[in-house]
Amino acid sequence: MAGPMRIRAGHTDGVTEVRVLMSHPMETGLRKDGDGNVIPAHYITELVAKHNDKVVLNVEMGPSVSTNPYLSFKFKAGAPGDIIEVSWKDNEGESRTDQVEIRG
Amino acid sequence: MKKNKLVAVTAAAIGIAIAAPATAQDDTAAALEQYRQMIQESNPAELYEMEGEELWTTARGPKNATLEQCDLGLGPGVIEGAYAQMPRYFEDTGKVQDLASRLMTCMETLQGIPSEEIIDGKFRQGERGKLGAILAYVVGQSRGDTIAVDLDHPKVKEMYELGKQAFYYRAGPMDFACSTCHSSDGKRIRMQDLPNLTTQEGAAAGWGSWPAYRVSNSQFWTMQHRLWDCFRQQRVAEPIYASEVTIALSTYMAGTANGGTMNAPSAKR
Repeated sequence: MAGPMRIRAGHTDGVTEVRVLMSHPMETGLRKDGDGNVIPAHYITELVAKHNDKVVLNVEMGPSVSTNPYLSFKFKAGAPGDIIEVSWKDNEGESRTDQVEIRG
Repeated sequence: MKKNKLVAVTAAAIGIAIAAPATAQDDTAAALEQYRQMIQESNPAELYEMEGEELWTTARGPKNATLEQCDLGLGPGVIEGAYAQMPRYFEDTGKVQDLASRLMTCMETLQGIPSEEIIDGKFRQGERGKLGAILAYVVGQSRGDTIAVDLDHPKVKEMYELGKQAFYYRAGPMDFACSTCHSSDGKRIRMQDLPNLTTQEGAAAGWGSWPAYRVSNSQFWTMQHRLWDCFRQQRVAEPIYASEVTIALSTYMAGTANGGTMNAPSAKR
């Protein structure tokens, strides 16, 4: 069950800043539950951010990233009203894609 | 030769250790404050607010209804600023209610979700977990508002006094009360500063920053959960969810915090 992402994208002086908050357990596979059974690894492996269908960021992630990860990045392009699309895939084959408009 | 080097290194290490204490504490406090600011900017509590917003407008339960007609004290469906004035007295139930118990009332009357399911449930699971998300959403709509609990209302005042009594009531194998840790300035548990809840500033800092997302365990905790854990840590029987004592303590805290600013859901270490 993957919840929605919280994406914010703002534009100032030719630079777009994107801030993404993802909803994901990011289990490392090293923890055990109350009964001593290993909690299976479940983490995001890949994240892609697009600006109007053009890839601006490609991230390889692993189990060392925290629960509900937060990511922010900037790129020199974009204008208010453009679309930012962020999608991730995890090691269990789940994925999630969300979109947001760049705000001025 | 080697030995000499080791001695020199050790001496240098001691030198650092001696010089450190005076500044280390300030540095640690400053670094922690910086860390708190950073997690505030990326507060995962927002994810719960989003989930709660969706739950608020989703038709659910045996009656297949939304919560949009829920009256939080400012009229049916009015959420903005509602939490800053809670706990408050509600005519229809004849009780002083905090947000958790009020949402329980709404979920039962509007949606037909039995309160027992929430009271007997577990924190962060099932309907109680969903209530937590809804609560996050409602609290978020009072961000920046001034805490204004109506202590002139006799029923609210009664709850406030009851909460004050509970706050100072010592019990359990360790003879603890809330006041043991929360009635003087500058106390802390490990690295966590404890607010002095008997003062306006302390209560505002405490009440105004809950519910919160705890980064250290990646969990979203409501005030009900926080209070439950305070009792558990005192080795006293844990209170029943949304019971009178939890609402009384909430009323005492919120009432003392009057005039402060709501800054929740927040993120905590």
